Amino acid sequence: MKKLFAVVVWTMVALTLALGASAQEMIQVTDDISVSADYDWDRLADQNITLYVYNWGLYISDGSDDSIDVLSAFEDLTGIKVNYTTFDSNESLYAKLKSGGATYDVIVPSDYMIGKMIQEGMLAPLNKENIPNFSKIGESYTGMAYDPQDEYSVPYTWGTVGIIYNTEMVEEAPTSWDALWDVEYAGNILMFNNSRDAFAIGAKKLGMSLNPQTVEEVEIIAQELKAQKNVVQAYVMDEIFDKMSGGEAAMAPYYAGDAITMIDESPQLDFVIPEEGTNYFVDAMCIPANAKNKEAAEIFINYMCEPDVGLANIDFIGYSTPIKEVWERLDDEMKYSPIAYPSDEVMANTEVFVTLPDEINSAMDMAWSDMKSYDEGGSGWMVPVLLVLALALTGFNIWRRMRKNLRNDY
Amino acid sequence: MKTKHWRTLQRAYVILLMGFMYLPIGVMIAFSFNESKSRSNFTGFTLSWYKSLFSNEMILEALALSLLVAVISSVVATVLGTMAAIGINGMGKKSRLVIENISYIPVVNPEIITGVSLMLLFVGYNTAVTVLNGMGIPLPDSLFGMPTLLISHITFNLPYVIFNVSPKLRQLDTRIYEAALDLGCDHRQAFFKVVMPQLTPAILSAFLICITYSIDDFIISYFNCGTLQTLPIAIYSMTRKKVSPEINALSAIMFLVILSIILISNARESRQYKRDQRRI
Repeated sequence: MKKLFAVVVWTMVALTLALGASAQEMIQVTDDISVSADYDWDRLADQNITLYVYNWGLYISDGSDDSIDVLSAFEDLTGIKVNYTTFDSNESLYAKLKSGGATYDVIVPSDYMIGKMIQEGMLAPLNKENIPNFSKIGESYTGMAYDPQDEYSVPYTWGTVGIIYNTEMVEEAPTSWDALWDVEYAGNILMFNNSRDAFAIGAKKLGMSLNPQTVEEVEIIAQELKAQKNVVQAYVMDEIFDKMSGGEAAMAPYYAGDAITMIDESPQLDFVIPEEGTNYFVDAMCIPANAKNKEAAEIFINYMCEPDVGLANIDFIGYSTPIKEVWERLDDEMKYSPIAYPSDEVMANTEVFVTLPDEINSAMDMAWSDMKSYDEGGSGWMVPVLLVLALALTGFNIWRRMRKNLRNDY
Repeated sequence: MKTKHWRTLQRAYVILLMGFMYLPIGVMIAFSFNESKSRSNFTGFTLSWYKSLFSNEMILEALALSLLVAVISSVVATVLGTMAAIGINGMGKKSRLVIENISYIPVVNPEIITGVSLMLLFVGYNTAVTVLNGMGIPLPDSLFGMPTLLISHITFNLPYVIFNVSPKLRQLDTRIYEAALDLGCDHRQAFFKVVMPQLTPAILSAFLICITYSIDDFIISYFNCGTLQTLPIAIYSMTRKKVSPEINALSAIMFLVILSIILISNARESRQYKRDQRRI
């Protein structure tokens, strides 16, 4: 009875809250998207602007797969045309901007890349007056180490890294990163195919910081990754989806948001955040310093922080949201999911990537490619043997041609 | 007995070879009908990926751009390349050898070098243009986008045209051309009425090669596309999350279109051949 009473009270509270929210004036753009009316959305409508947005692949609710098309709603609302293109990694985003091959208005790099871009003066400070929705971002996602004053970035999504495992193939749920080194599962373990994420796992296993400060630290972690190579089936990224759901591998580290997608499709999978702690990443919206339409970009960022839009995006992407109102509107299963929104204790044990000094970065890249090409038993003899073979072949060819020439002379 | 074994072995070899070539495509087409997004478990038959493909604006736009760039760049490259081949054919032996080797280099050059060097050139243009604009010569700020994409595609397509058309040109009997002149053609008429018809098959195949390479190209486009996005780039950017099965559907459609083009053209050719045989 007490329970029922509580339910009734809470429903009423929720209803009043909902009514209170709807009392605030809204503009309805589509059936699913209404935005705050307290903002001059279409002030640039008659300037015929095209906004260049560069985001991760499949990282916005774009209308595919029966999702809500937030981009065309933005175009309807503001009269600004969006040119939306996608990238595959922070590094290719950086290379593209640095080469001068393209100018964008809105980009969505991750934490450490934001720090690096700020250092190199590649980002423009945001005019917060144009982004009133910044106040909707939860406090725990502001003032991050890569951008302490929130001058350059507005968080878009966040997440953690953990181990996704197949409950049918793994007897005991892993609790530690050690599981990815376990010989019992040799040949059934997948590993990140990107140096930063892989080194983070090695570091956490050793109880070190995932932001190595010295070259020695990098080398120690590289040793650990080399030791792991024997049990690793493959170094992969998105193939993890198929390999895990197809039962081709027992364990793999991956991003929490994607783990939820995988578990939805294949219920035999589960996800755990190891006790040593993990990486906590944030992807945030920024404006490059050479952007041509800064104000339009700020309108876009503000729009992306509207609760309806944020909800549509989070629904589509599956990662976690930094917007309070969006979290409140999720269903309970998601809201209290330990994968998407881990408890405070777990979060206390996480670490964010920071920008590393160049020498550490290059040491890491070196150690990574060294590790990838490293082979137990050594492939050192392969190179000279192949060289000798090539030389022998060339010699044979020359000899043959000479003989032919001689014969032709007769 | 021995020959029988030998034949089974031969047949097995051919089947194995064909299997390697066509099984992956078969699997891809099969999984474009898969109900779930998985690429390993077949859960049920559906056409929904085809349906959602045609409502996915991003993929369709990328496809449209790829096709547009392929067609424009192939047409331009074919025209330029044919002219170049004719010019090269008329050269002296030594200069012909030099020019042919120079135009062969881009073909053997790794694509990434072509891509990066073109990008550097265009970036160089961007810096040069600020100086020129300062001097009062009005030029667009930046070429990046459609112009760079087209220029780079035409650039890497050109050598393929030259090397397709040149051999055919060399096979031509110059006396036919001379005969046409003797019979009252002027140079232009002789070229269009006598030389061109004989070159047409080579030019057509060069054009098709260009289209294929252009649609296929990832590396060079990647460096030179500016804020545009061709189909391979769009697909590649999906790899952090997961390549959508819509891409399987799209690839299946493209494969079938190409297959039917080949079958139709082959059928026409063989019919033509039979007709010619009969006439003789």
